[in-house]
Amino acid sequence: MSSVADTMDGLSRSDPGISPVSKTIPDANLRSQHRLDFLFRLATRSFAFLVLLLLAGIIVSLVAGSLPALRAFGPGFLTSAQWNPVTEQFGALVPIAGTLVTSFIALLIGIPVSFGIALFLTELSPIWMRRPLGTAIELLAAIPSIIYGMWGLFVFAPAFAQLQPWLTATLGAIPLAGMLFQGPPMGIGVLTAGIILAIMVIPFIAAVMRDVFEVVPSVLKESAYALGSTTWEVVWNVVLPYTKVGVVGGIMLGLGRALGETMAVTFVIGNAHKLNVSLMMPGNSIASALANEFTEAVGDLYSSALIELGLILFLITFVVLALSKMLLLRLGKMEGQKT
Amino acid sequence: MYFSAFLERFTLLLIAVGVASHSALAVDITGAGATFPYPIYAKWADAYKQKTGIGLNYQSIGSGGGIKQIVSKTVDFGASDAPLKLEQLEKDGLVQFPMVMGGVVLVVNIDGVAPGQMKLTPKLLADIYLGKISKWNDPQIAGANGGLKLPDQAITVVHRSDGSGTTFIFTNYLAKVSAEWKDKVGNAPSVSWPAPSSSGGKGNEGVASFVQRIKGAVGYVEYAYAKQNKMTYTLLQNRDGNFVSPNDKSFQSAAAGADWKNAPGFYEILTDEPGKNSWPITGATFILMHKMQADPAKAKEVLKFFEWAYKDGDAMALELDYIPMPDDVVALVQSAWKSQIKDSSGKSIW
Repeated sequence: MSSVADTMDGLSRSDPGISPVSKTIPDANLRSQHRLDFLFRLATRSFAFLVLLLLAGIIVSLVAGSLPALRAFGPGFLTSAQWNPVTEQFGALVPIAGTLVTSFIALLIGIPVSFGIALFLTELSPIWMRRPLGTAIELLAAIPSIIYGMWGLFVFAPAFAQLQPWLTATLGAIPLAGMLFQGPPMGIGVLTAGIILAIMVIPFIAAVMRDVFEVVPSVLKESAYALGSTTWEVVWNVVLPYTKVGVVGGIMLGLGRALGETMAVTFVIGNAHKLNVSLMMPGNSIASALANEFTEAVGDLYSSALIELGLILFLITFVVLALSKMLLLRLGKMEGQKT
Repeated sequence: MYFSAFLERFTLLLIAVGVASHSALAVDITGAGATFPYPIYAKWADAYKQKTGIGLNYQSIGSGGGIKQIVSKTVDFGASDAPLKLEQLEKDGLVQFPMVMGGVVLVVNIDGVAPGQMKLTPKLLADIYLGKISKWNDPQIAGANGGLKLPDQAITVVHRSDGSGTTFIFTNYLAKVSAEWKDKVGNAPSVSWPAPSSSGGKGNEGVASFVQRIKGAVGYVEYAYAKQNKMTYTLLQNRDGNFVSPNDKSFQSAAAGADWKNAPGFYEILTDEPGKNSWPITGATFILMHKMQADPAKAKEVLKFFEWAYKDGDAMALELDYIPMPDDVVALVQSAWKSQIKDSSGKSIW
C-alpha cells in the first residue's frame, strides 16, 4: 500500500503541466520529452494566433483602405446605384444586389439537387454505383472556376440564348413574377451566372450531405423502417433532423463559395452597373467588379470605393455565418439540446 | 556534426544561386502597363533578346496599373494608352513619348450584314451608345444604309468592363463628335455607360467574344482583334464626310495629320483627325519614364531598346496591324530623351 502511495506521489511530482521542465524530474529522457511537449504546445498555439492575427490584419487594412470612400459617401453608398468613375460618384447597390441574387439563385437550384444526389447515393442507388458516382461528383468540385467561366461563356450561354425566348414567353407571362424574365435573349446575365454558380456549388453541398447522411446510425433508420415508414419519411423525419448541423454547414460552405466566386461569374454576368428587375439582363457582382476594375482604378476615391466593396463582401459573409449559427442554435433549442 | 556539414553545403548552394540570379537580373529591363500594345512589345522583346541577350519583362496589367507602377518606381518604364497631361508629368517627374499607333473599330453581329457593309455616322454611333436608338431597323440607321436589309432586332451595346485605354480613345472620339456624350458621360478609361441593355466584356478579347455570341450586338475593339477574328467591322464617316474602311492606310492618314511638334509632353490624341481617308478613331500608345534616373546604365539600356524598336521594329509592328511612328516624330522623341532624361548629376544620359 505504501509503495502504491509512493508511486502515486512520484507521478504527481513529475507532472509539470504547461510550465517548463521541473528540475525534480530525475529521468533525462522524460525531461527531453517534456521539453518537446512544451515546444509543440507553443508552436500550435502560435499557429492558431497567427490565423487570428491575419484575420485582424485583413479587417484593419480593409477598413483603412476604404476610409476615403466611407468619408465621402457615408451610408448612402449602400443604396446608390450610380457607378460613375468620371464624376467619381460610386454606389454599391448594383454589385451587392448582384452578389445576393446570384447566390440566392445558386442555392435555390443547388440545395434540392444536392439533397437529391446525397439521398440517391446513400439510400437508393445500387452499391456498385456509389463509388464511381461519388468520385464523379468530387471531380466536379475540383474543376477550376475559370474553366466553369469559359464553359459558361462558350457553351452554356449560346445554348441558353436559344432557350430564353421560350422562358420569356411562358414564365414572362405570369402577372407579377413575369417581370423577372423579360429582356432580349443575350444568353448572359444574372440568371446565367446563378445557374453556373449552382453547378459549381452542388458538388460541395452534395459531398458534405452524403458524408453526414452516411454516419446516421442504422439503428435509427431500421427502427423507422420497422415501424412502417417509407424511404421518404425516413429521410425527412429521421436522417435530416439527425444531420441538420452538417447539412447547414454544407449549405454555408456552398454559399460561401457562391458569394466569393469571381472568375466564373465575371465571364457570364455581363458586367453592367445597372439595376434591372429582370434576371435575364446583365448585372454585376462584388467579386466581379473588383476583378475587373481594381488594377486600372485611377484615383484614390475609385480605389477606395472598390476596397469598400470588398469590406462589404466580408461583412456579408460574416453576417451569413452568424445567421447560420443562430439557425442551428434555434433548431437545437427546439430539440431540447440547448436551453 | 552532420547538421553543420549540411548547413555548410546549403550556404554554398544559396550563394551560388544568388550569384547566378543576380547576374541574370542585372540586364533585364522591366515595364508594365497597357494591354493594347502587349502583342507587339512581346514580339519586340523576343527579337531584341535574340539579338543582344537583354530581355524585356513586360506585365500587361492595364494603363492605370502601368502609371501606378512607374510612379512608385517599381519598373523601368510604364505604358499607357491614355496620355498624361503636362501638369501630371511635371508633378511626377515623368517624360512621355509615343511608341506605336493603332485603330479602334466597331464590330457588329447582325444576320445578313457582311464585313465592311454597314455605314455609321458619328451621330448614329453616339445615339446607339447613348441608348437613344434601340433597334437595328430604326429609320435613322436605315437612312445611312440604303439597300441594306436590317432586322427588327434589339441593339445590345457591348463595352469594356475593365478600365482601358481603348475605352479612353473611344470615349474621346464620342466626346468630340457629340456634345451630349461629352456632357452626360465624358472621356475616361472607365465610364458609366448610359445605354440600358449594355454588357461589359473583360479586355478586348471579352468584347470580341460577346459581340460574336450575342445576336444584334455592337462593340468596339482594337483593329487587330477584329482582323484576326474575322469579325464584321463597319465603315465610319470621318470628319471630311467620307465613309472609310479601317486599314493601315486610313490609320496612317489619320496619324499624318497629328502635330507632334507643338504638343506639350507629346499629348496628342489622334481621334477625329482631318484627312480624306483618315480613320476617325485612331490612337497612339505612350511610354512613361522618369526624368531623373538613379541608374544611368540601366536607363541607357532601356533607351537603346526603344531606339532599336523605332529603327528595326517597323516590319514586326505592321505584321501585327500596328502603325509605327513616322521618322520625324522619332527624331523629336530622341531629342526629348537627350534634353529631359538625366542622371542625378544633371548630365544627359542619351
